Amino acid sequence: MPAWFHQFADKYLMWQEGPLIMGSDVLILLASIGIIFTLTYFKKWGWLWREWIVTVDHKKIGIMYMIAAILMLFRGGVDAELMRTQLALPNMHFLNAEHYDEIFTTHGTIMILFMAMPFIFALFNVAVPLQIGARDVAFPYVNAISFWLFFLAALLLNISFVLGGSPNAGWTSYPPLSELGFSPGPGENYYLLALQITGIGSIATGINFMVTILRMRAKGMRLMDMPLFTWSVLAACVLIIFAFPALTVALALLLLDRVLGTHFFTMLHGGNPMMFINLFWIWGHPEVYIVILPAFGVFSEVIATFSKKPIFGYKSMVFALMAISIVGFVTWVHHFFTMGSGADVNTFFAIATMIIAIPTGVKVFNWLFTMYRGRIRMTLPMMWTIAFIPCFAIGGATGVMLAVAPADYQYHNSYFLIAHFHQVLIGGTVFGMFAGMYYWWPKMFGFMLPDKLGKWAFWFFNIGFYVCFLPQYALGFMGMTRRIYTYPSGLGWTVPNFISTIGAYAMGVGFIFMVAQIVQGIIERKLDVTGDPWDGRTLEWSLPSPAPHYNFATIPTVSGRDVWWAVKQGELPKSSLFPAKKDVKPIHMPKSSGRPFILSVFFFIGGVGLVFGLLPLDIIAGLGVAFCLFRRSFEYDTDYYIPVDEVVETETTLGRLQA
Amino acid sequence: MSSSVAASHHAAHHAEGIHVDHPERSVEYQTEDGSLKILGFWIFLATDMILFACLFAMFVVLRTHIDGGPSGKQLFDVTGFTEETFILLTSSFTGGIATFEMHRGKKGRVIGWLILTALLGLSFVGLELKEFIHYAHIGATIQRSAFLSAFFTLVGTHGCHVSVGILWMTSIILQVAKRGINPITARKVFIVNLYWHFLDVVWVFLFTVVYLMGVM
Amino acid sequence: MAEHASQPVNQQEHAHEARFPWQYVIGFVLSLILTIIPLELVLHHVIPLSPLTWAALACAVLQIFVQLFLFMHFTSTGGSGPAYHSVTLTIGFLFAFLFVGASIWIMTFNNIAS
Repeated sequence: MPAWFHQFADKYLMWQEGPLIMGSDVLILLASIGIIFTLTYFKKWGWLWREWIVTVDHKKIGIMYMIAAILMLFRGGVDAELMRTQLALPNMHFLNAEHYDEIFTTHGTIMILFMAMPFIFALFNVAVPLQIGARDVAFPYVNAISFWLFFLAALLLNISFVLGGSPNAGWTSYPPLSELGFSPGPGENYYLLALQITGIGSIATGINFMVTILRMRAKGMRLMDMPLFTWSVLAACVLIIFAFPALTVALALLLLDRVLGTHFFTMLHGGNPMMFINLFWIWGHPEVYIVILPAFGVFSEVIATFSKKPIFGYKSMVFALMAISIVGFVTWVHHFFTMGSGADVNTFFAIATMIIAIPTGVKVFNWLFTMYRGRIRMTLPMMWTIAFIPCFAIGGATGVMLAVAPADYQYHNSYFLIAHFHQVLIGGTVFGMFAGMYYWWPKMFGFMLPDKLGKWAFWFFNIGFYVCFLPQYALGFMGMTRRIYTYPSGLGWTVPNFISTIGAYAMGVGFIFMVAQIVQGIIERKLDVTGDPWDGRTLEWSLPSPAPHYNFATIPTVSGRDVWWAVKQGELPKSSLFPAKKDVKPIHMPKSSGRPFILSVFFFIGGVGLVFGLLPLDIIAGLGVAFCLFRRSFEYDTDYYIPVDEVVETETTLGRLQA
Repeated sequence: MSSSVAASHHAAHHAEGIHVDHPERSVEYQTEDGSLKILGFWIFLATDMILFACLFAMFVVLRTHIDGGPSGKQLFDVTGFTEETFILLTSSFTGGIATFEMHRGKKGRVIGWLILTALLGLSFVGLELKEFIHYAHIGATIQRSAFLSAFFTLVGTHGCHVSVGILWMTSIILQVAKRGINPITARKVFIVNLYWHFLDVVWVFLFTVVYLMGVM
Repeated sequence: MAEHASQPVNQQEHAHEARFPWQYVIGFVLSLILTIIPLELVLHHVIPLSPLTWAALACAVLQIFVQLFLFMHFTSTGGSGPAYHSVTLTIGFLFAFLFVGASIWIMTFNNIAS
């Protein structure tokens, strides 16, 4: 082996770092070889490129988001299991401190930005255009860019583990710890660039869906006729567009500190590390509402459908969503009450935080009242929804406890906090995403998932959840703080920690059941021929599963809420939603393009260049990005028409054409 | 005038094969896609505004943290930043005139005013670079103090936006020259000018908060 | 093909638009005035520091309105429906000022400490 390769391998591939990294190296290598071999053997490269990589179809982009999110859920979940294994007993040497730090950092970062965000974007893409009667999003090309930016940013963060070292300053990455002097390796740069790149994509998605919802609704659909999931997406978009730029700034300035030697957050030359924390949470707090509001939207859809009732208190639901999205912007200081910026500041933000509980409570009661005297069907989406309510209620109550500023001085950074935010983020967002995945699965793929393994997954995950996190409230009160990699015996922490680890394993088993269920579903392929397997209420269920490429042959005419239900009840004519041959016109669709992918690859190259300080890569990336943007600007031939005959033929085959 | 403009539009549309959804609207809104893009761009401006707000927050918090280095009062040259301000204000005006002429369908004038706008932008960026280089020469570098880090980053981010705007405007000038004024190029002229006016708004706050309050 | 039929621009929409760009000229003059006022105030220190700061900021805020209404046609949608962008931008302005103001408020303790 040549000497230079030895050096490279030691420094960047980290072969000396023990079995964990070595194992990951080997696994990544084997998985890559496996993927490349399979694609080549089955001659699928062309298919991958034509059907997926160049696509601008929101339905396919949604599917890609969801696959990526589930992969990242696996990665973040493995991180969690490793941490829980390390903490199961006192004085464990399963992980060393360095690796433990890296793992809790990537766990948090991946779960929020590379699992929760793509999962909500998956549901945005899958459901919103279909719910409002649109043929695609407002900017399909930008939508593809958003996805590929996220995807390559996720890749960038994930290769850090085996190429130069993961970030290890926590998912919040507070300076001065995250400054060059204290985190000298490339790890922190990976964090900053991966988040920056995916953040650009998220802002674009926020703008995209906001315009889609405001301007592309079917004829006659007023804002107050929109399904509540679409409303929740609109509220989340408001949060995204006003919150994400703060993250952009925080990350960019920290990167400048690290690569240019500026003094924004350093301890020397007048820098102020607290300003990073301030900017980070200006984004960070709205971010938790960004990932929870779409879950609320899913629950509203699921509860109405499986109770066979219109949602109770629709207007108050909308009001609550918008109130949360606005008030969510004035609560960020509760993440750093202990900074001690004064009683008046802490009081203001404490009260604002508690106020958020009011609209949230309104929503919970509305869901309960919708179920009251409804004909409830216990399907998988409904099970996850019902499991969410008590879980979120406990998480919300502990949240109000944390909002009490003086008391927060006790809870701050303890396991009480850890238990609280996992309870709202798992009990809220993850349960919501699972419910949404099961709910729209037939619409996405055209086949049903088998119930049985899904129920095993549900019970393992749910019981595991409480076993894992309830002891952590106690641990918090017993003084255990977050981010410690081990603890001595004799503090009374051993038993709760051990129980908590058992719960974490149970959740892992639940996840395995879910994967098994999906595999079984793919093998069985029990087709959904109706397009409306749940007896749904909203427009997407009036379409076949999966929807044709153009979604709606003719744009439906809508009056009131839950129009599909009204049509099924005979209150509205079927002709208002289904196409008639005489009304079919050529359909205007965007052309596929490989440029979003190529543009994102250049972002990736630039990211690698900045991580390792390789100027040539940055120059190549900058020129590449500029080239892609100019090519797009000069491109006028961006769309095409699907001819009438083709549409008529498709619709006739589907049996949807009206006389 | 009206009929000849209409005729020229007619010819342009036909040559391009542009699908006009809303002939009754003003030209930049005539395609549905165009009107979506204009709304999308407005919302993008809102995000960019938040970005600048965060940089302003950073600057205002750090403006007194000069760490024994030069303060704004010692550095800023009133003539210099006043020149920059008037150049940018004028360019915002000339960009507006380009939009005005676009609505009247005058291709040549649109190009002329856009070129003038881009040149004013270029001279603004030149002056700013000169200012930055001068500061660096006398030891007021971005690494010197937290105040200077915040100053260079805030003003530099605006400068980068202006530079991007110049490149963008150049590409649109080429497109208008090649394709004339049609609903697509008109929308591009309209949007680049929205961007340009927005940068002027940001500059007014830089002028006030960074420079004027710096020399107070 | 009927779908592609091009239509002449309806000039009625712009009937109100004069041959001379009065709106832009007025806007330009106003923006010059609103720049010169704070500049003069600051250079000649005619009023004490605190009111001076507020006066300069007030001029800057007025300039926002000049740019938005006279140059950017802030409330116009060209007939494409409700002015959603006006609402979005207005909320954006509120948040922009909120973030700056609240950051100063939150960070004030640091100035006292240092």
